[in-house]
Amino acid sequence: MNTKWDMIGEQGLKFFGKMSATISHEINNALAIINENAGLLQDFTLMADKGIPLDPKRLNSLAGKIIQQIRRAEGIVRNMNRFAHSVDESSKSVNLSDIVEFVAALSGRFASMRGVTLEPKPTAVPVTITTNPFFLENLIWLCLDFAMDAAGEGNTIDIITEKTENGAQVRIMHVEDLAKAPLDRFPAEREKALLDALKAGLTAELEAGELVITLPRNINT
Amino acid sequence: MKVLLIDDEEELISTLAERLSFRGIDADWVTNGEEALKKAELQCYDLALVDVRMPKMSGFALKKRMAEKCPDLKFIFMTGHGSEDDYKEGAAEAGAAYYLVKPLNIELLIKKINKVIKK
Repeated sequence: MNTKWDMIGEQGLKFFGKMSATISHEINNALAIINENAGLLQDFTLMADKGIPLDPKRLNSLAGKIIQQIRRAEGIVRNMNRFAHSVDESSKSVNLSDIVEFVAALSGRFASMRGVTLEPKPTAVPVTITTNPFFLENLIWLCLDFAMDAAGEGNTIDIITEKTENGAQVRIMHVEDLAKAPLDRFPAEREKALLDALKAGLTAELEAGELVITLPRNINT
Repeated sequence: MKVLLIDDEEELISTLAERLSFRGIDADWVTNGEEALKKAELQCYDLALVDVRMPKMSGFALKKRMAEKCPDLKFIFMTGHGSEDDYKEGAAEAGAAYYLVKPLNIELLIKKINKVIKK
């Protein structure tokens, strides 16, 4: 039988692996587009050697597309770096909205594969809590993964962060078919272990189609 | 020879189609399985170059449905996810002639296309 920490460790590795795989896929996609555009530039120069004149506008457009993909890859690498560093500190003051937005960005490919849109809503005032950033990212991902399956194709899930009396909460909203989702299997032991480690709570508001994660202001107190 | 390219990265697939046309291969492109099925209803292609992982309909599922419409259609799969070994088995099971990993090498792709068509 696994202890809570074994389970969290195992789940954390799975989460890290899953996100690393999707990040590498995204980088590869950007590289593949750069490859084709650079190849097309090469094709044009070969044609120019045969006397077909080069079109400066077309060349400029191709160069622009390459630059665009380099910027896209830069953004992915920045996220990858941020994700890698989220294991650095076991307790840290974080902007909750920022973390939610980050996990939603990491989950983008999984959402688009399911035909679901994730819409983290910005907050007027920063919602700050002291928590374990990596565990929190993992918990939000597991909830989003469940919510995306429940919401189904063509739906948009809004994600709102709010201050509460004792800390903060994340509301995963418009989960259309939440009542039909396998809530007997969610939260499972892995989610429960993370909730416990984060001193957090999770409720499913079936009528509203919402998953609500409640978090303490400070995990250490 | 008429080739249909299917990948959810529009920028990639449109550029690849242009590069193939410079090499004498007439290529149409679409960005999802549903559009590919519509295209296949209008005409039968000689070959489909299909991304394995696409939203809504995977490349393997698309192959199954397209093969019903065009039994002679040949397939080459491609992916940007992982290595060749990760999908080799699935691609072989799905009846693909070849399996390529992105970024693609255009000359290698042309060789594979020619081999498949000659078969």
